[in-house]
Amino acid sequence: MADTLRGKTAIIGAADTPVGVVPAMGATQLCIEAILRALRDAGIDKGEVDGLITCNSMADPYLYHAEAMAEYLQIFPGYCGSIGAGGGTTFAAVQQAACAIVSGVCQTVVIASADSLRSGLSRERAMAVQSSSGHPQFESPYGVPVPAFYALIARAHMHEFGTTAEQLAAVAVSTRLHAVRNPTAQMRTPISIEEVLNSRMIADPLHLLDCSLVSDGGSAIVMTSAARARDRRQKPVYILGAGEGHGHEHISAARSLTRSAAAEAGKRAYQMAGVGPKDVDFAELYDCFTPVVLIELEDLGFCAKGEGGAFVASGVTQPGGSFPVNTHGGLLSHCHPGNPGSMFALTEAVLQLRGQAGERQLGKAELALVHAQGGIMSSHCTLILGRESC
Amino acid sequence: MSDAPRKNLPQITPESAEYWAGCKRHELLIQRCVDCRAAQFYPRAFCTHCSGGKLQWVRASGRGTLASYTIVHRAVSPAYAAEVPYVVALVSLEEGPTMMSNVVSCSPESLRIGMSLEVVFDDWPEGVTVPKFRPV
Repeated sequence: MADTLRGKTAIIGAADTPVGVVPAMGATQLCIEAILRALRDAGIDKGEVDGLITCNSMADPYLYHAEAMAEYLQIFPGYCGSIGAGGGTTFAAVQQAACAIVSGVCQTVVIASADSLRSGLSRERAMAVQSSSGHPQFESPYGVPVPAFYALIARAHMHEFGTTAEQLAAVAVSTRLHAVRNPTAQMRTPISIEEVLNSRMIADPLHLLDCSLVSDGGSAIVMTSAARARDRRQKPVYILGAGEGHGHEHISAARSLTRSAAAEAGKRAYQMAGVGPKDVDFAELYDCFTPVVLIELEDLGFCAKGEGGAFVASGVTQPGGSFPVNTHGGLLSHCHPGNPGSMFALTEAVLQLRGQAGERQLGKAELALVHAQGGIMSSHCTLILGRESC
Repeated sequence: MSDAPRKNLPQITPESAEYWAGCKRHELLIQRCVDCRAAQFYPRAFCTHCSGGKLQWVRASGRGTLASYTIVHRAVSPAYAAEVPYVVALVSLEEGPTMMSNVVSCSPESLRIGMSLEVVFDDWPEGVTVPKFRPV
């Protein structure tokens, strides 16, 4: 049944490491620091952890990453593994953890990931990572940097719906306005539409400021059953809905360039939670490049198909707007250490729902939607989180 | 360390060898399923539509339309830097499948989604021939 997981699990701990440029710590140390911070936030001892899900690091990879982190912590979980679904990893991990907890496989799961894409990769390795995107025979020989894959999507959206470069830029502007209010964000100087449009062209129509950051950083959460989440150090944040959607691996094989599997992921999550887009107070959406946010807003039902550009340009997603998006500053302005990127959207949603977001605390934060995608709009996962268990 | 930077060479596999051999002869080959007649790209051992295992090679017309494109200003690696700005595109082949490619022999500003393209072949010094497209 679609509602099997609704309200049955909760996040009881959530924490980030310092992010941005963090040369003093490698990816492994960042991952462990994130876990220790999340455990402290939850007020529990590491001995209580019997499930661990991580995502492998590019800068400091292990054959069995989660096992390496468990070894480091000297914990001996009964449920342990790494997930690799790109940017969509985090939320897929949350759904798997919820399944494991509800089915009784384990009771307390830590989800953690960290990477040092800014400080931990040699120039050659960074080049190799960038250059290896896409199908090794049928895409990569054409010299496709990561932004170019998303530029193909942006161009198609512009052609089909009349979306403009200014509207894409409005995503970066709105996100930066949120980051200005977040002391941990990597980029905190406000930017204008003109500054985005005047920034260096990377892959037409995407400018430098349409592209997310390259960062170091780590983040972790602690999950347990709703029953065990009561009377903890922090007020629990409940997992009300979760859903995935997977459309393709290679963008050249996508069913559509402008319609994504976010629609399917969102539908499944809404159905489980028993809510719709109008019930959601704010969203944290994967924003590796500006056009992605427009397509997610549309496919998740926050505006009509093709109207994402006008929706963001109207200002509603900005601080003080009627539907704030990426209140921490997103991958565009807060930080983007690669696969861990969406963890920070999750910890931000937790802080907002607890009422602990400081200067940027939203007036109404009872129901949040977080969404991430991995690959090139390939694998999507939506979570709906709430302050109450139903 | 005196090697010139190398482009991303395709690592040819058993199921793609015929395709790359066709490119060397300046023929664009796609597969057609004997059972359901679906055309597919890229080459595989099974039909992506009906999962049938009988696929035949057919020579594509080499004509298609521009599904989307980007003008790359920051090359993926030094090996591609001399070609900046270059066009990465998705091309819808006349037979149905979509493939990624470069559009060459044109001013990038003249490109329009939906425009007609035809295949051309780029013989790389490394011994591989890569299909690209140009406006008709």
